[in-house]
Amino acid sequence: MPFKKWIKAAAFTLLCVTQQAVADLTIEITQGNDRATPVAVVPFAWLGQSPLPEDVAQIVSDDLERSGLIRPLSRSDMLSLPSQKSEIYFRDWSLLKQDYLLIGQVRPSVSPGVLTIQFELYDVVRQTRVLGEVISGKVSELRSRAHYISDKVFEHLTGIEGAFSTRLAYVTMRKDEAGQNKYELKVADADGRREKSILTTYKPILSPSWSPDAQHLAYVSFETGRPGIFIQNVYSGKRRQLTAFKGLNGAPSWSPDGEKLAVVLSKDGNPELYVIDLNTYKMKRLTKHYAIDTEPEWSPDGERIMFTSSRSGGPQIYQLDLVSGETERLTFEGNYNARARFSPDGTEIYFVHQKDGIFHIAAQELANNRLRILTQTPLDESPSVSPNGSMLIYATQEGSRGYLGAVSVNGQIRYRLPSQRADVREPAWSPFLTN
Amino acid sequence: MEFKKYSKTLFFGATLAVLAGCGGNDAVTQDDVNASTDGQVQPVITSDGSNGDSAVNGEQLGQEAQNLQDQASSAIAALPEVETVYFDFDTSVIRDDSREVLDLHVAYLNANPAQNVVLEGHADERGTREYNNALGERRGNAVKNYFMVQGVSADRIEVISYGEEKPAVIGHNNAAWSKNRRVEIKY
Repeated sequence: MPFKKWIKAAAFTLLCVTQQAVADLTIEITQGNDRATPVAVVPFAWLGQSPLPEDVAQIVSDDLERSGLIRPLSRSDMLSLPSQKSEIYFRDWSLLKQDYLLIGQVRPSVSPGVLTIQFELYDVVRQTRVLGEVISGKVSELRSRAHYISDKVFEHLTGIEGAFSTRLAYVTMRKDEAGQNKYELKVADADGRREKSILTTYKPILSPSWSPDAQHLAYVSFETGRPGIFIQNVYSGKRRQLTAFKGLNGAPSWSPDGEKLAVVLSKDGNPELYVIDLNTYKMKRLTKHYAIDTEPEWSPDGERIMFTSSRSGGPQIYQLDLVSGETERLTFEGNYNARARFSPDGTEIYFVHQKDGIFHIAAQELANNRLRILTQTPLDESPSVSPNGSMLIYATQEGSRGYLGAVSVNGQIRYRLPSQRADVREPAWSPFLTN
Repeated sequence: MEFKKYSKTLFFGATLAVLAGCGGNDAVTQDDVNASTDGQVQPVITSDGSNGDSAVNGEQLGQEAQNLQDQASSAIAALPEVETVYFDFDTSVIRDDSREVLDLHVAYLNANPAQNVVLEGHADERGTREYNNALGERRGNAVKNYFMVQGVSADRIEVISYGEEKPAVIGHNNAAWSKNRRVEIKY
């Protein structure tokens, strides 16, 4: 199997210096791909004075490597460092068995504090430019611009829309100086950098869910002593408590149009699914069953809600058709299948699956109900799909600490985002950013 | 067979509010999120009869109620020392070895009618967090029902589920998990 090669301990350090304290996440690729496209990402020339805070080409290289589909050439193997076409010797790059070459320049623009970034992608075999653009941004936006370049290059080379400019939300827990459990809801770039805490509390936080416009997070916080569903603007920090019913207030999930939130409430005595209209605050009850009904997830077309129910005994995945009102059971293999998420095209679902007492992340094609197990670690949970549908991020355990792992939906690529200082859980991959 | 268990539970005075629709069909009812229905929420036995996951067995309850009446004359008013009862994986069935502890709490509550109680339901770390929140609540409700059947009124009991968020013991093994699937009885 060509994909079986394990690049163990291939932890590569991100060279860049950020203005922030040490981020909680670093990337470590644990399983790569032999068939990845070789691409030389040459350090971009900097034509300004004081050193830049970010190494743009390194960010791009790290992004592309993390995809598993592209294998960037090590800088130490490069024979030259061209930054414009006249400096390229294609023969050198073909000797190094590179299929593509990415070069670029960063220079100050006429506006103070604004940089101009030019990048060009060359096909080494054909010796032609296949992609090129001039973009601009503030110094503080260099990482965003780098991820933009990654998206463009990745899309050109793979045909898959790049998701490097997206973000992750997750929850960390650590003991503070007084030994108290301190919970934080955090948002970071998809590479784990530029982490920002948007809520700190000494009570549990769980189930962050992105609004479709990637501006808001809905989540469950126990900060009042009881669970409540909150909605918070990720950028302004402004938030409101949506529910404070007696009993469970849990598992918020946004409708694809962003107008409604599916939630779990037990106010009527039993965990049931409800839909709350976020404009009118009208509430509609969806399930009525004495078993546990929880973990709703809207289908991408908004016409169905998938959920976990114990109505057949142990937890299994069901789907409620909002038009017909019919409920259908989706999972049959094993005695524990829970917290499912749809692929962006709605053809597959990803969920927590127990096999031989071990909790894995599994995928199931809806057309043929074929199940495949994607992860090997024993306590995997909370799968969340990248908006381009190619990767899943999930929570798992090592020792007494939780960390985040990522795996491609075909199970062939995996990397981990280990926590340096805290227990990390409940990852949620954002939709594509629209701004 | 599901209905047999079900009817037993009903016999012990559970409110029908939720159970009435237990055929499993999805019903839609209108509600307003701003209008709190807390005041209307009736205590409901969470017994679902499925897979043996019935919260409390009716016949056993009857026996316990009788025992309690026997005890009532010798009113035990001391705060019970043991405040935690444990559960098996993915169930909210009250275990036989929990009854003694629960009966002491019932006696305490019945001897101190002004005393309210909070039942904190917990689950072990295995499985998903929201499902475990639901499971923790079911365990809390199972204890609540046990108390109610023996005369503690519902308005004195609050159930809060923390799911797997507050483990009593840290560890990824059966010993830790068995200590984390629990209900803590707090005054």
